[in-house]
Amino acid sequence: MSMKYSGIGASAGIAIYPVYKLIEVDLTIEQQSITDVKNEVARLENAIKTTSKELQTIREQTAISMDEEHAMIFDAHIQIAQDPEIMRQVQEKIEEEHVNAEYAYDHVCQMFIAMFEGMDNEYFQERALDVKDVRRRVIAHLLDVPLNDPSLINEKVIVVAHDLTPSDTAQLNKTYVKGFITNIGGRTSHSAIMARSLEIPAIVGTKHITDEVNDGDLVILDGLTGTVIIRPTDVEIEEYRAKQEHYEKQVAIWSKFVNKPSVSKDGKHVEIAANIGSPDDLDAVKKYGAEGVGLYRTEFLYMNNDNFPTEMEQYKAYKAVLEALPNKKVIIRTLDIGGDKHLDYLPMDAELNPFLGHRALRLCLERTDIFKTQLRALLRASIHGDLHIMFPMVATLNEVRQAKAVLETCKAELHAEGIACKDDVKVGIMVEIPAVAILADQFAKEVDFFSIGTNDLIQYSFAADRMNQKVSYLYQPYNPSLLRLIKMVIDASHEAGIWTGMCGEMAGDKLAAPILLGLGLDEFSMSATSILQTRYIFSELTYSEMKAMAETCLTLDSHESVQEFVEKTIKGESK
Amino acid sequence: MIKRFTIVDEAGLHARPASLLVQKAATYPNDIFIEFNGKRLTLKSIMAVMSLGVPQNSVIAIDVEGENDADIMAALEKVLVDNNLI
Repeated sequence: MSMKYSGIGASAGIAIYPVYKLIEVDLTIEQQSITDVKNEVARLENAIKTTSKELQTIREQTAISMDEEHAMIFDAHIQIAQDPEIMRQVQEKIEEEHVNAEYAYDHVCQMFIAMFEGMDNEYFQERALDVKDVRRRVIAHLLDVPLNDPSLINEKVIVVAHDLTPSDTAQLNKTYVKGFITNIGGRTSHSAIMARSLEIPAIVGTKHITDEVNDGDLVILDGLTGTVIIRPTDVEIEEYRAKQEHYEKQVAIWSKFVNKPSVSKDGKHVEIAANIGSPDDLDAVKKYGAEGVGLYRTEFLYMNNDNFPTEMEQYKAYKAVLEALPNKKVIIRTLDIGGDKHLDYLPMDAELNPFLGHRALRLCLERTDIFKTQLRALLRASIHGDLHIMFPMVATLNEVRQAKAVLETCKAELHAEGIACKDDVKVGIMVEIPAVAILADQFAKEVDFFSIGTNDLIQYSFAADRMNQKVSYLYQPYNPSLLRLIKMVIDASHEAGIWTGMCGEMAGDKLAAPILLGLGLDEFSMSATSILQTRYIFSELTYSEMKAMAETCLTLDSHESVQEFVEKTIKGESK
Repeated sequence: MIKRFTIVDEAGLHARPASLLVQKAATYPNDIFIEFNGKRLTLKSIMAVMSLGVPQNSVIAIDVEGENDADIMAALEKVLVDNNLI
C-alpha cells in the first residue's frame, strides 16, 4: 500500500526516485580527564586543519555547482573554523581543566551558539547555525566518525533528512540528487531557497517524514503541491510520470518568458506582478521578472514575531522591498489579521464566525495605535520607491474615509517631526466583499486603485466557508455570477479613471486569467512561480479572442459550463 | 596606537563588514585589539568581534600594537569607510 504525506512545496517539480536518508551521526561527547595537554592541543589543531581543507573543497564545489554568492557561506565557515578566539578559549580550557579536546571544543562552541541564538537579530541567529555546522565537522574529525556526507551519493536519489545544513545542501550533486524532503523548514528556510536556486524539487516541513521512509524506498515527490507518496503503486507511478513529463515540457516553454513583458498575441500589454510575504521572496520576483509587487502581505511580519513589530522594524522591511524594485509598483497591504490568522500576542475574543468578524481593517480602525505604527512605517518607506498602500476587508465607504483620515494624521505627524515622506502615496482598497463590488462606482471616487481579493470575494458571494470541506464545491471562481461582479468592479474603476488589479489565486489560474484579461483587468498579481505560465497563456491568445470569450462566459449559467467552454476555446486557439 | 570610531551603520558593526575587518586584521603579524563596552578582544577573531554586539552610534576603539601601526590603522579605517560603518 502506498502512503501519502504532505508538506510545504518549497521548490517546484516532480521526482520519482529511491530514498537516501541522511541520518545524523552520533557525535556524543564524553568528558575525559587527560594528562597529555600537548597531545590534545595537537589533536585539535589537526581536526581544524582537516575541517578547513574540507570546507575549502566544498567552497570550490559550490562555486561551480551554484555560484560565488553561495560559495561565500563557506568562507564564513572557514573563518569560524580557524577563529583564534575559539582556539584560544578551547586551548585554555584544555590546559586549565585537563579535559579532552572534543569536550573543550564543544563547550566553547555551545557558548557562542547560545550567545548568537540569544541575539535579537536574524543575521546573528544564522551565525549560530554556521557555528553548529562547523562544530559538527570538527567534532566528527576529533571523534574520527565519518560524517554522513551527501557528496558521496553516486546514484539518483531523493534525499530525506530531518533538516539540511548549508553544507549538506551545498554538497548535493544535481546529477544524483533529484530532490529532497525534510521534516522541518518553511518556504523561506535556507534549504528551500537553496533548492530553488539548484532547481531541484523539494518539500519541507513534513514533520515526521524521516520516521516513515526507509533507505531505498521509492517515493514520488511533487514539489508543486507538497505531496509525497511513499512506496507508490504502479498506477500512481504512471500517473506522476505523465505529470512530470507534462510539467517539464511546460517549464521548457515557460522559461522563454523570463523577464519578458506580458503581452497578448496581438500586443496588448498587461501588468503581471507578484504576491510576496517577506523581503525574502524578492529573489523569485526578480528571477521571473515580475512587473512589480501586487500584494505584500505584511501580516507575516507580525506573525513571525513575539510582539508587535516596531515602526523601525517595519520601515526596514518595507524599504528593503521598495529599494529592491526600483521604478516598479509595490502594493503593500496593511495588517490583515483575524479570520484564520492570529497573533499570539494579541488576544482576541472567540467569535462564532471569525471570517465575518472583527478582523483586518475593522480591527485596525479600532486599534489605531497598531494601525498608526504601520502607516507611519509605510509613509517613511515611501521615499524609497513607488509605494501603493492597500486596505483589506473594506465594507463601507465610511471605513475607507476613516482609514484615509488616519493616514493623513500620520503624514501630518511625520511632517511636524521633520521626517521625510511622500505626499502623494497612492491608496487603494481590496475588493473582497460583495457590498463593495456593487457600490464600486462610489468607492472609485475615494481611492486610486482596486485590487480584487478572490478567495474572500468567493466565500462571501457564495456564503461558503472556504475552510469547510463539505461546502468546498461552492468555491466557484468561474461562476458567471462572480465574473459579473468582477466586471462591475473593473467597469466602475475605468469609468472613474482608476485601475483594477487582482491579487487572489484566481489571477494566476490558467483558465481564469484569459477571462479576466478579456473583462479588462489591468493588473494580475500571483505567486511568482505562476508568472511565466500566465505570460505564456496570454501570449497564445489575442485580446479580441479573450474579450469575446469573456463576454460569452458572462452569459453562461454555471461554473461548470464556463470551465468547459474556456477549456475548449483555449485548446482550439493554441493549437 | 589607539583610535576611536563611531559606528553609524543602522545595523551596527554587523557580520559581513565585521568579517572583512577581521580578514584584513588577520593579514598583519601585529597584535590588534578591539575595545568596546569595557571589553578588549582580538580583532583577528570574527567570534570575538561579533560577540561584542556593537550597535549603531556606539564608539569602538581599535588598538594596533607594534611596527607599522599607522599604516595598519589606515588600512583598517579604510575597511570601515568602504563599508559605510563610520
